[in-house]
Amino acid sequence: MAINTFPRAGAEPVWHRALANAEQARADAVILADIGLLAHAAEHHPALRRHLSVQAAAANPDAINLYASAFGVRRVVLPRVLTVEEIAAINREIEVETEVFVFGGLCVMAEGRCSLSSYATGQSPNMNGVCSPASHVVYAEEGGDLAARLGGFTIHRTPKSAPAPYPTLCKGCFTSGPQTGHIFEDPVSLDATHLIPRLAKAGVRALKIEGRQRSRAYVAQVVRAFRAAVEAEAAGRPLPESALARLTEGQAATAGAYAKTWR
Amino acid sequence: MDLTVGPNFFFWPAEAVRAFYSDLAAAPVARVVLGELVCSKRLPFWQGEIPGAVETLLAAGKEVAVTSLALITLKRERKLTAELAGMGLPIEVNDLSALAHVPEGQPFWVGPLVNVYNEGTLRWLIRRGATRVCLPPELTLASIAVLARLGREEGVPVEVWGHGRLPLAISGRCYHARLHDRMKDSCQFVCGEDPDGRDVETLDGQPFLAVNGVQTLSQSTASMAHRVEALAEAGVASLRLSPQSQGFGQVCNGYADRLAGRVTAPTLETLLRPLVPGQRLSDGFPSGATGAAWSGAAAG
Repeated sequence: MAINTFPRAGAEPVWHRALANAEQARADAVILADIGLLAHAAEHHPALRRHLSVQAAAANPDAINLYASAFGVRRVVLPRVLTVEEIAAINREIEVETEVFVFGGLCVMAEGRCSLSSYATGQSPNMNGVCSPASHVVYAEEGGDLAARLGGFTIHRTPKSAPAPYPTLCKGCFTSGPQTGHIFEDPVSLDATHLIPRLAKAGVRALKIEGRQRSRAYVAQVVRAFRAAVEAEAAGRPLPESALARLTEGQAATAGAYAKTWR
Repeated sequence: MDLTVGPNFFFWPAEAVRAFYSDLAAAPVARVVLGELVCSKRLPFWQGEIPGAVETLLAAGKEVAVTSLALITLKRERKLTAELAGMGLPIEVNDLSALAHVPEGQPFWVGPLVNVYNEGTLRWLIRRGATRVCLPPELTLASIAVLARLGREEGVPVEVWGHGRLPLAISGRCYHARLHDRMKDSCQFVCGEDPDGRDVETLDGQPFLAVNGVQTLSQSTASMAHRVEALAEAGVASLRLSPQSQGFGQVCNGYADRLAGRVTAPTLETLLRPLVPGQRLSDGFPSGATGAAWSGAAAG
């Protein structure tokens, strides 16, 4: 169970109750990001397995070993800013399990350390568990275009006939000096299917598929495809052709930071 | 309340760094955090200035700390962080992994890029040896008050973002290099062309963000000019002023006058506006509004 927002000062008991509920419901593990909450869980729920959320942005062995020794973390979800080689190097220096994102959104910023969304909307992943929230999105037909605005800031402008990507802030089209384009990242999704063999070799224990704010049909389809790929890899068979492309955002996918050229 | 100057985010020539810290010695600020926060590749070009700057600032009676990088990933960067711990100055931890290199019992400061959102986290850091904490800029005044009170009980001063473009995100990818169609490894240090970051506008021409290598900043300069009384009431010990390339001495003097009650908020606003890049100010985060909002006169 993910309890990976950062508890609000003065309201920590709400998050503490969520931990107690998770243990009572016999969750296999809780995924946490906040130091205070990790300390509370280690002290009051020692038998509840603790995973470190990607929101804790533990991007090197020093950070991971710190969380492991201070809070008994058993698995860490790595941020999407590392290359496969870096992941392999990390695994050589740590004792705990690693889990990496293979499909879904692609955060281009170090996760849990990004306030872009709250700068534009007042709501952030750290405080509210949301990024670029739909409640703050407005679409407007202007001339032949569909403008998508987040908190009043224009994120995209697409011709009316073209598919319009969701206005996630860091995937927007902006202008800087003489250049106009996707300054941070194109409206693409992460698809690391073809990297499964290399990730396995790098010592990764689990693959993570983003399911938050997704439909059951989507999750079922993606999980099925990845299960087939993982089984093929384990059996030494070639990976099945990816059938996932049409589920990705903007119908375009990338291997993100896992390939060094991304940077 | 007093004033703390944070680490310079930008890639300035060594001479500019030297002049900046030499001027800062005379500024009415209590302490200075310096060192490379954003990109380890820049450091060799200006690290020769650090010992002299530290000496000048200490001689002028300032407290001095050295910052860790904001995002430590490479082996070389981990080694660099370990070396910081041996400099004889407090480290300001801006990536939690820097703590691995601070021996138990050695005091350290916590910078605004560490997620301190609640009492549990603040208490853990204090137990580990934190002696000063600058809170993340996105916190509301209610959260600030709870944490500043706890800090006071524990004898640990709590600081907040006072002035400067907001450090909104840090990435493995270099946006400056990307804008120049280069990869990070062959960036040719193009971030040095923009001493306050490179502006990013929306397709409708709205001022929005600024990129500084792997860092993304707000294009507006956050200023607590109108929130000094509220922050003092909340128990905040210090305002952090983040370096900008132009008029920083005047910025420091302006806030010192404001804290001493010699000037009003509108007067400070009038002083600051022509000094900050693009003349845009914001102060929305403490009120729980959007970070980009501005509570002073229009044209924010």
